[in-house]
Amino acid sequence: MERCADPASLEGLAWLACYLTTGKHLALYWSFGTVLLLLAITAPTALLFGFGGATAARSRIPPLAWLGKGYIAVVRGVPDIAFFLFFVIALDQGFEYVRHLWLCPDWEQPIRQGNDFLVCQQAKLPLGNAPQWVHEVYGFLVAALTFAIVFGAFAANVLYGAMRAVPHAQVETAEAYGMSPRQTFWRITVPQMWVYALPGLGNLWMVLVKATPLLFLLGVEDIVYWARELGGTKTPQFTDYPHGDWRMWYFLGLLVFYLGLTRVSEIGIARLMGRLTKGQATAGGERQRKAGA
Amino acid sequence: MKLMLTTAALALTAGMALAQDTVRMGTEGAYPPYNYLDDNGEVAGFERELGDELCARAELTCEWVTNDWDSIIPNLTSGNYDTIIAGMSITPERDELIDFTQNYTPPAASAYVAASDGADLEGGVVAAQTSTIQAGYVAEGGATLLEFATPEETVAAVRSGEADAVFADKDYLVPIVEASGGELMFVGEDVQLGGGIGMGLRESDTELREQFDAAITSMKEDGSLNELIVKWFGEEAQVYE
Repeated sequence: MERCADPASLEGLAWLACYLTTGKHLALYWSFGTVLLLLAITAPTALLFGFGGATAARSRIPPLAWLGKGYIAVVRGVPDIAFFLFFVIALDQGFEYVRHLWLCPDWEQPIRQGNDFLVCQQAKLPLGNAPQWVHEVYGFLVAALTFAIVFGAFAANVLYGAMRAVPHAQVETAEAYGMSPRQTFWRITVPQMWVYALPGLGNLWMVLVKATPLLFLLGVEDIVYWARELGGTKTPQFTDYPHGDWRMWYFLGLLVFYLGLTRVSEIGIARLMGRLTKGQATAGGERQRKAGA
Repeated sequence: MKLMLTTAALALTAGMALAQDTVRMGTEGAYPPYNYLDDNGEVAGFERELGDELCARAELTCEWVTNDWDSIIPNLTSGNYDTIIAGMSITPERDELIDFTQNYTPPAASAYVAASDGADLEGGVVAAQTSTIQAGYVAEGGATLLEFATPEETVAAVRSGEADAVFADKDYLVPIVEASGGELMFVGEDVQLGGGIGMGLRESDTELREQFDAAITSMKEDGSLNELIVKWFGEEAQVYE
């Protein structure tokens, strides 16, 4: 903006208006979108991973059951931060290694040279000459996948418990009607398990909402990164808007954002719970029935 | 490595057109005047200008990326970017993991900054950034080391009284002390640490390192590197002879 050309001459609200619209601040505003997008992608993907893990863990085929139980145990057991630091790099290198085998069968040099990880140029992900936004989108997707795998393991444990919480009489009745195990699972167990799963899944969602600062470990710049960067002391040589340590104000803003998000989530979960309880053989379902009668 | 590969690929598949490679420059973006993010969120500072000039001289297309200081070396070796240009001093420990170009600043002074003259540098609490030569130096001395992930937090620790002093590159501290209006001051003697600041590259990237080395040499010879140092670090800064 033209009127922001000389911020030193501005005062009060005019200065603030210019300050809050610098490119750096726009990056902060965008990062709110990044965080929300990450949540929007990660939550359903994690649920999918969780459903797969829980189904596998319940399987009658031993190797599949081991796989499901192993996934749940390993991911739940490893500290998040170790998992994020190690896993993203390993995942990225794994992708590149597979592409390398596929695209460059004639390659002779070793992949590992000391500390370096070397694949041929065509196998790089993204390609070395790709524009910066491709790198960013790729980094974001790897981050989302990592989040989904980690939170998927917790969701798998919740769903595993929920599937077992469905009253056994329901399953037995289904069998008595001649339903196959597959039919029983999809028509009886799955529709009824959500009401048992929701409190656990709701908790997970809350933890996920607050876990996004881990994104910067993966090179994605999230709201906490920008708040720290913008709030830090700025000396006059390096900015048109020098100020002291303002991190408190930025973090206060984040606090409001996170509290708001939590409140909205709580309302959403409560509504969902009400819908899922309808017609269920639970205390909540019974209350609904009586209130309606 | 990239250029070596490009040439190798060209030799193998003669005539096949390859898109020109981009060299990705990794920096921290939180260490003015070396590197920082300007009001537009772009990488700026001494190393931005230096890096752009080096790329121009070596005829490379360069792109800037920021990364956390803590994971800046692992992300280089795993290939997320191709160079580290982030005020990183050349030390034997780092040289075991990655390769360095020749230095582009002379070995520079590290200094203590405290809120009062009487700060205890020998037995007190001294703040430094994690995985820096300054942190290593404090850990070896008698003072208690208090580590932080970013340079900003090390200075904030002195302001809040959490630490008695902060130990960092003097060039980083000078603008902060000047802007503090007497709240912060230099204390004790300056200390010479490290072998100057260089660009970090993967050990397998010999060709790229040689290109940057040649570009740094040419900037040293025609005096443009000294001009850049004086521009960003002031008249008293150490320059090349």
